[in-house]
Amino acid sequence: MSTAVLQHPPPTTPQRRPLAAKLKAPGWYRVLWTTPLGFGLCYGLVTGIRAVSGYTPVLSGKAITTTSLIGVPFAFLIGLGAFDYWFYWAAGRRTRPEDHSGHGAHSWRDYFRVNTDHKVIGIQYVVNSFFFFLVGGLLAELMRAELASPGAQFMSANSFNELFSVHASLLIFLFIIPVFAGLANFVLPLMIGAPDMAFPRLNALSFWLLPIAGIMMVASFLAPGGAFSTGWTAYAPLSTNVPLGQTFFTIAVQFAGASSIATALNFLVTIITMRAPGMSFFRMPLLVWANFSTSLLVVIATPFIAASQFLVLLDRALGFHFFDAGSGGNVVMYQHIFWFYSHPAVYIMMLPGFGIVSEVLSVKARKPIFGYRMMAFSLLAIVVLGFTVWAHHMFTSGMQAWIRIPMMITTAIIAVPTGIKIFSWLATLWRGILRVDTPMLFVYGFLTMFTLGGISGVMLAMIPIDIHVSGTYFIVAHIHYVLFGGSLFTIFAGVYYWFPKMTGRMYDETLGKLHFWLTFIGFNLTFGPMHILGLQGMPRRVADYASKFAGLNLFISIAAFALGLSTFVFLYNVISSWRGGPRAGANPWRALTLEWQVSSPPPVFNFDTIPTVVGGPYEYGVQDAVHGIFQPAVSAGGGSGGSGGAAGVGGGGDGPAGTAHGPARE
Amino acid sequence: MRDRRLILQMLAFFLVGTGVLLFIVLDVVHWFPAAATAQARNVDRLYKVMLIVSVPIFVLVETVVVFSVWKFRMRPGQENMDGPPIHGNTRLEVVWTALPAILLLSLCTYAFTVLHSNEKKKANEMIVDVTGQQFTWTFSYPRANGQPPVKSLELYLPSNAHIYFRIHSKDVIHSFWIPAFRLQEDAVPGITTDYRATTTNTAATYPIVCAVLCGLGHSTMRSFVHVMPPGQFAAWEAKAGGPVTAAPGQAPAALGKQMFTSSLGCGGCHTIADAGTSGTVGPHLDQVLKGPKHSAAFIRQSILQPNAFIEKGYPANVMPQTFGAVLQPTQIDALVAYLRQVSK
Repeated sequence: MSTAVLQHPPPTTPQRRPLAAKLKAPGWYRVLWTTPLGFGLCYGLVTGIRAVSGYTPVLSGKAITTTSLIGVPFAFLIGLGAFDYWFYWAAGRRTRPEDHSGHGAHSWRDYFRVNTDHKVIGIQYVVNSFFFFLVGGLLAELMRAELASPGAQFMSANSFNELFSVHASLLIFLFIIPVFAGLANFVLPLMIGAPDMAFPRLNALSFWLLPIAGIMMVASFLAPGGAFSTGWTAYAPLSTNVPLGQTFFTIAVQFAGASSIATALNFLVTIITMRAPGMSFFRMPLLVWANFSTSLLVVIATPFIAASQFLVLLDRALGFHFFDAGSGGNVVMYQHIFWFYSHPAVYIMMLPGFGIVSEVLSVKARKPIFGYRMMAFSLLAIVVLGFTVWAHHMFTSGMQAWIRIPMMITTAIIAVPTGIKIFSWLATLWRGILRVDTPMLFVYGFLTMFTLGGISGVMLAMIPIDIHVSGTYFIVAHIHYVLFGGSLFTIFAGVYYWFPKMTGRMYDETLGKLHFWLTFIGFNLTFGPMHILGLQGMPRRVADYASKFAGLNLFISIAAFALGLSTFVFLYNVISSWRGGPRAGANPWRALTLEWQVSSPPPVFNFDTIPTVVGGPYEYGVQDAVHGIFQPAVSAGGGSGGSGGAAGVGGGGDGPAGTAHGPARE
Repeated sequence: MRDRRLILQMLAFFLVGTGVLLFIVLDVVHWFPAAATAQARNVDRLYKVMLIVSVPIFVLVETVVVFSVWKFRMRPGQENMDGPPIHGNTRLEVVWTALPAILLLSLCTYAFTVLHSNEKKKANEMIVDVTGQQFTWTFSYPRANGQPPVKSLELYLPSNAHIYFRIHSKDVIHSFWIPAFRLQEDAVPGITTDYRATTTNTAATYPIVCAVLCGLGHSTMRSFVHVMPPGQFAAWEAKAGGPVTAAPGQAPAALGKQMFTSSLGCGGCHTIADAGTSGTVGPHLDQVLKGPKHSAAFIRQSILQPNAFIEKGYPANVMPQTFGAVLQPTQIDALVAYLRQVSK
């Protein structure tokens, strides 16, 4: 890092440029003509090929739409400028030297361009994810309205199938997976003392693939025959035979998956190669460990869902008959490929949350994480075991019966590393000085609710119980205890915890607590009774149900509306606090990890001096302990807490003591 | 000293909490519908064992969280204090790794024995072929001596009998779930799946539900299983194998109405005010059977070949195309008579 780039880049002053230059430069003006051009090319290509090969009719809306769904997003990305640098490089032309003028955000407009600053990208990710969170939540409320009483209320059976399919797909592919990637995008490079991610342009591309996937899923409602309606699982051969909306899902998943894989590679390379001096693997904060583990899962597993959806696409568009039993296809195969990704995906949606919990809990209990190494190893154990349990989703699928037995055992055993984490967090609480503020409330909520989700998970591992409840509301209850009571609670904890760092403002504590209690109560009243519904005999994914389930369903619907209202408290809090909340200090939580040792929000290039890590990340209660310092470590005493001449930062207890940088910088 | 009192308080909280919660989950909450097979009783017992094991674990976690927040929350004046730097305890970590592992493996062993006994092949099994298709179940009873199998749209079973279900699908994946039996298996195109059930001696009727999303009419893909004494079952089978007639004095239209609302499940998709049905998957029959469509020929064709004419706004291939194979001529006549009568 040379000193030349440490200059704060001047805000780009809006200057009037001629329209021609605007149309040529990367940005939204260029998008305005590249996108229609891309559509025209797809239209021409399909129609030309059909004319030449003698297909009738020559004009096929289905074929043009399918091709455009693949082609137009690339035209959009080219217009926006996601590929400019690579195109110059590939064409052998002079690439523009990176002057870092694209870093940072000076107005809201900077969030709508290809920005290579990991902090901007982090916020793009989080805001984009929460947008689709709201859309997905709204779809859930519509479902609960329909389910408030048996029989048809105000929508057709097909509309209902569309609602739950888009609901699940948005919340899985456009909310939980990317919001974790977004939070990590912001804080992870800071945590390991890096100026940015390893591949900033790839990082920007990863983000811009996401709105494409999300818009495609939502736009499927406009397709003739309606949105995709086969659930987020899209089991073949149902998915190969339904109307055009399904193609939107099949292709949107490719974009979301590509985004996921690219980000995971980025995280892996960043974590492996860009840690600050002195930060050995066992000095990494557990959030970094969690994202390291998650990225391993993503890189290995995500290609499998891409494959499963490509096979469906080939069946749909070109008649490959992979899943047509009448032509020698194999129907159960789809489920094996699908779940080989989609079970690890459950851990992709949970491990980063484990990381967030470790960060928040240690700082706010003022104690080191109990059993740090076991916490790291248990993450890796979950990664390995996570690949050996996929067929527990298929106990009733008609696969070879013997596969069920080893899958039951591995599924039960994966509860052991998960249990280690829960017990270690509990031991970390023990005799700490516990804060009971909003991030911590969500952590307490997570500990209790995720335990319930884990317990129902172990029940589901038991084959005879699973045979009864497979495909029922018991599954719906379990998945929401894990993904809502588990993942979403950690997401809220993380958003509140890093809100001061990301925005430079404090959120409103009272509203935060109100948000927690409304969410916690509404969540349990909504999803708790679903366990009973499922065991009693109500299948999931139905618009209509037997009248004996009417009472519980009405209760659940009312609770779900209350739960939905709690979201407005959150929205009001974050929006009003972001606009006008009190200024946050650099380190309001007195945390030791590196992201809190720089100003809030952090400087454009994160660190003016590369920090040196001299101790563990959670040494709370240890006299004068520091995690990182902003001077070259005294080589002799560097390993033992830097007590010599090195100036420590943050944490400790008596405020900033002679820091080179950090809390003073506001 | 202070710690010891705290531990005792927590122990009391834990024991009381576990006791109360066990009482609630074992005696207050009704988790399951009636158990109608030997297999169901095994599953219910396994579930109870899981509850008994799970409740203390849950209460343990709650106890630690609640007491930590209560006893160790930050008091005024502690704003700048830290907790004791405890980094771990190897013995404790070994215990909470090993104990759950042993517990989980024991549960797996128990679950395996339940599975094994539930799926064991029995002597004198009665075979029933179950076929799923969008959006009905057809049950077929193979008969000896080359006689054609008895077919039915509802499932009839003798009590106290071992049943072996062979499960097929004609189109997409369905799942043949009888909640009262605690048994479920997918109907998969291209392969035959199966399960075994041993009925108890209770005579009763229970719902059959499709548990895998199979398309537009998935939520209407329901039927019933009637468990009856063996003598009664034999009588039903003999009658079902013979020609169907309206009951003495019953007009064909009355038989048609009975079929429309019950066994055929037409009302799941179609609305007819007279029959009291409100399905919206298919056309509203009070409204569409008008003019030329009111003819017996058109109605008959629409039942036997639903794709021959598709009402505007509705997709093809939703209505089953197999009523011709399942229904007897008398039944079709009765249905046509009823539909003509109500759509006048």
